[in-house]
Amino acid sequence: MIAIIDYGVGNLFSLSSSLNYLGIDNIVTSNKDVIKNSSHIILPGVGAFKDAYLKLEECDMVNILKEEVKKGKPLLGICLGMQLLFERSFEYGEHKGLSLIKGDVVSISKDLNEPLKVPHMGWNSLTFKKPSSIFKYNKEGDYVYFVHSYYAKNCSESITAVSNYGIDLTAAVQNNNIFGTQFHPEKSGETGLKMLKAFSEVV
Amino acid sequence: MLAKRIIPCLDIKNGRVVKGKNFENLKDVESPVELAEFYNLSGADELVFYDITASFEERKLFTDILTQVANKIFIPLTVGGGINSIADFDRVLKCGADKVSVNSGAINNPHLIGEAAKKYGDQCVVLSMDVKRTNGKFTVYSKGGRINTGIDAIEWAYRGQEEGAGELVLNSIDTDGVKKGFDLDMLDKICEKLSIPVIASGGAGCIEDFVDLFKNVPKVDAGLAASIFHFKQVDIKQLKNTLIKNGILMRI
Repeated sequence: MIAIIDYGVGNLFSLSSSLNYLGIDNIVTSNKDVIKNSSHIILPGVGAFKDAYLKLEECDMVNILKEEVKKGKPLLGICLGMQLLFERSFEYGEHKGLSLIKGDVVSISKDLNEPLKVPHMGWNSLTFKKPSSIFKYNKEGDYVYFVHSYYAKNCSESITAVSNYGIDLTAAVQNNNIFGTQFHPEKSGETGLKMLKAFSEVV
Repeated sequence: MLAKRIIPCLDIKNGRVVKGKNFENLKDVESPVELAEFYNLSGADELVFYDITASFEERKLFTDILTQVANKIFIPLTVGGGINSIADFDRVLKCGADKVSVNSGAINNPHLIGEAAKKYGDQCVVLSMDVKRTNGKFTVYSKGGRINTGIDAIEWAYRGQEEGAGELVLNSIDTDGVKKGFDLDMLDKICEKLSIPVIASGGAGCIEDFVDLFKNVPKVDAGLAASIFHFKQVDIKQLKNTLIKNGILMRI
């Protein structure tokens, strides 16, 4: 049973329906016992970093996520949920994150050398940097769906895939049992469904 | 780099997909759920759902269909039609929409764009504009293209971006349903001042029209069409292959 963390941020509907479509047991929850009894955890999220982290704290999710991850339970952060895994974000100030993966979250537009549109929104292709078990059914060049204005930086040890948008944007990361995708696998058609399936098979 | 997007649009009335010409003479096509599933598998990059029904009963039918569709497709879904308030945003987002498109609702209350962007994020708010040449100027029309608002389209597009819209749909009333190609002149003039993604709509009749669109107006990010996809006059996979051959980046 995959626990999709419900902390009042983001569209959980499509994530849940993707897993249902794949026949993977899942539950949208903020109940600690349910999370403790789950086999895998997905941390979704859209919106602003600071608000989302505060909501995680309000729902008392920070400690439980850290405890479960320490036990070796697979965790997947998606979009803002991935950004929350890092140490700090510089979105409207400087804010601390879960510190489960080393690195920062910074503005895309500040790092761009050419006048490209931000948010980085739409389908971009993946270039693999390191093998990661969530990509076991995918191939390099697969397109995935992004919507974001900030990206993870200073995290070269954990980067598993990048997408080029003038600069290389961190697309996916892994630190042992902790996974993150900046893109939305639940909105990336067949390509994304394969990743969710592969994540559910991580032991 | 980002691929250009191909977006089929489903206009829904009484629970069925319909298609008109210059916004009139609506014609029944088929079940929106079946059609959406077909597009999900045939390479569409996103789907747009427009509710063109009026009564409360029909609106309920629309939200039921929307939920069924959202359960079966795994690409981004934009929903529009009758969005006048934050409550309307809430209603369709709860059914599984990823983005919400506002048109007349934003003309009546431009602050709706900003309020929604603050609550759901810029990426969630799509400003859709129906544009028609009137007295030599690009002018915004409301109520499904029936009412001339007198608003200058170039100014309105820019205002929408400044209010916080994350994306813009530019629909040409002059070319809608005519199938002689997108309104390149209008798109080029309105895109010039914008830094948010733009979706071109109205006029696509064949594969070549999309090649012309992306080659001539590079600032356009996506092409939207309805009947040519519904009636299978254009196959999305074939369309994408032709675009790739013409040097346009596409997701396949």
